[in-house]
Amino acid sequence: MALPIRADSFSWRHADREETAVGPLDLNIAAGEKVLLLGPSGAGKSTLLHAIAGVLPAESGEAGGELLVGDAPPDPRRGEIGLVLQDPDSQVIFSRVGDDVAFGMENLGLPAEDIESRITTSLAALGLDLPPEHPTAALSGGQKQRLALAGIHAMSPQVIVLDEPTANIDPDSAAAVRDTVLDTQAATSATMIIVEHRVGLWLDHVDHVIVLGREGVVAQGPPRRVFGDPELSQVLVECGIWVPEAAGPRVTSPGVPSGAEALPRTNGEVVLTTERLGVARPGAKVPATTGLDLRIQAGEAVGIVGANGAGKSTTALTLAGLIPEFDGEVHASGTLRGGAKHARPYRWASAFLAPRIGMVFQEPEHQFLRSTVSAELALGPHLAGWSRAEVDDRVAELLDVLGLESVADAHPQGLSGGEKRRLSVAAMMAPRPRVLIVDEPTFGQDALTWAGLVEQFIDILTRGSAVVAVSHDHAFLDAIGARRVEVGERIE
Amino acid sequence: MSEHTLQHSYSAGSAGPAGSAEVTVQDPGQLIPVVRSTALVRCNPLTKIAVALILMVGALLSIDLVSAGIVLAFTLVSLPVTGLDLLAALKRLWFLPVGALLAAWGTAILAEKTGAVVIDVGPILMTTGSLDAAAAIFVRALALAIPLIVLASTIDPRDLSDALIQHLRLPEVVVVSVLAASRLLGLLVTEWQTLSMARRARGVAGGSLVRRTSSLFGGIFVLLVQSIRRGTTLAMAMEGRAFGRPGRTWRRRSTFAGRDLVAIVASLGVCVAAIVSAHLLGTWNPIIGG
Repeated sequence: MALPIRADSFSWRHADREETAVGPLDLNIAAGEKVLLLGPSGAGKSTLLHAIAGVLPAESGEAGGELLVGDAPPDPRRGEIGLVLQDPDSQVIFSRVGDDVAFGMENLGLPAEDIESRITTSLAALGLDLPPEHPTAALSGGQKQRLALAGIHAMSPQVIVLDEPTANIDPDSAAAVRDTVLDTQAATSATMIIVEHRVGLWLDHVDHVIVLGREGVVAQGPPRRVFGDPELSQVLVECGIWVPEAAGPRVTSPGVPSGAEALPRTNGEVVLTTERLGVARPGAKVPATTGLDLRIQAGEAVGIVGANGAGKSTTALTLAGLIPEFDGEVHASGTLRGGAKHARPYRWASAFLAPRIGMVFQEPEHQFLRSTVSAELALGPHLAGWSRAEVDDRVAELLDVLGLESVADAHPQGLSGGEKRRLSVAAMMAPRPRVLIVDEPTFGQDALTWAGLVEQFIDILTRGSAVVAVSHDHAFLDAIGARRVEVGERIE
Repeated sequence: MSEHTLQHSYSAGSAGPAGSAEVTVQDPGQLIPVVRSTALVRCNPLTKIAVALILMVGALLSIDLVSAGIVLAFTLVSLPVTGLDLLAALKRLWFLPVGALLAAWGTAILAEKTGAVVIDVGPILMTTGSLDAAAAIFVRALALAIPLIVLASTIDPRDLSDALIQHLRLPEVVVVSVLAASRLLGLLVTEWQTLSMARRARGVAGGSLVRRTSSLFGGIFVLLVQSIRRGTTLAMAMEGRAFGRPGRTWRRRSTFAGRDLVAIVASLGVCVAAIVSAHLLGTWNPIIGG
């Protein structure tokens, strides 16, 4: 039986912050309703989801007002709730796929026979064609996200709470994963709350849209009303919400050159080539992918696409000279090589590599080295030998365009998911490296910050940098005029 | 080189005896990968721990070549039964014989000098008596370490936690939390690799010693932050799937079978044989009481 969710001037303030992360806000979600929760990056969407799921650690902050799931404050130990978090990597619980799916069912006290059969069903429903004893450590980011969803699918909870459930899933299967989520919801008629930046993917399938601003709920109602109201459209644009009927929502954002035609032609200089390149994680005996032939020219954008687990991130790390080639060679030439003794970037010293090839990792936290956002942005240009004035200008520009001014003095590790993502991209982009390699650069962005990122990518492309982007976001790849390279299937 | 290792990984599975189940994808977290599922691999984790302890007793009680030699010989002969990738084991555990050799070297020099002089070069004086003691230390160190490491490598942590909860009645919330956290511990290695890559990508790896040191501390800080963040997220994810709810059930029953009895009896036999032979041959040299 589904449960309603009601908030009465509910708010949450993190222990170390002055302002509330969420609210105060009022919510009234009926039992069995499907709700899409929208709002700008940093508006507290994830925190609200955690509060509803009842997993906010009491000692980490202070709650105000009242929040009820059914007629009691949220308590996950009642076993009514299934939660999938934003970060797929940190929510893998066990080292085997089957055990991980079984975890929730075991907690619910299901008999062992039921658990076994449901593991198979749920893995299949989420398109995870893996044996139950497959090690979870060998899964890609997208596969881990499916695994977490499979765990919830198996529990068939009464309240389903999902934080960007399709963010790491390749676009070709995003719709299928969404349908599975909807099927799970339909089978249990659970109340469902989703945070998702891919508005178009969900809009026709939800009953209710709630737009969260920094000062509580900005708008709510049935999707058609929220998105059909001309008075609201300006509010939505200001909140950076993709407005669906504008198709490419990016068009609604001012100041962005519209897509590929705005890009200059490349001067034809080849900076990075590979021949029959095979890539593998360090220590792996079997390559993630093989036979890649690439020619990357200055000023050119290349999108690396492919299904989850195809080896896209590993390819990116290999191209960036961070892990050795498994097979074949990555070869730098022209201005990129610029007098280096070795043609392989992997052989370059760190200080030589960094100003030439920038790499943005899938998890932004790994890259942060300084204690404030602006110092983080200044580091790259500073190491590249820019003058102080040039560095300051560049930092100010990036802070402004990417909407990071308000957090300029904050610690990078304390930012929201979307803000961290932008910062990690901006920090690598700051010294305008000859080649910039990025892994899922638009993760967790709203329409405004997305447009800011596109603008910055186009800026460095115009200045002759090459961009290699691993991305499921085809709109982004279109906007920067990227040609696609499909990374093949796994070697069995 | 890469081609060679690739071929090896393919042939490793097919070289096993017919009917043995192959493990196609290895868990990167394993110390020594299990490549074949043998009767010993399928034993209950508690049995494996018992076997390791029993063998240890055989080698531990006395410092002598005979008892330790019998335990070590049995261990080495039974290695194929463990289903481990022995080549990988050799690569990862090379330090064991080296360490044992160092201990033996120290003993040979420092032990009581009885018997005939074998080597006398300046400060280095070795006699047959001190060399005997050194050999016993060497063999005993290996006889103590190898069974434990080898058996621990064949234990799936999940099976162990099942056994601890279902047979030894340890509190489930604690065991499951430790189990989940231990997975994160394994991730630290990968995490550190990624962090090193990230520092290299940002241009702060290498360079002067001062720079390396400051970059190292930066890395450690990030690792700490990441660990705490991951821990918090994992706790949320577990709670978010009803962890802590009373009445938890178990996907698998942890059971004992005939093979568990065989393993225990065999190891007991070896242990007794080691102690009895040492007494019969007069080499028994107990660590306590003497």
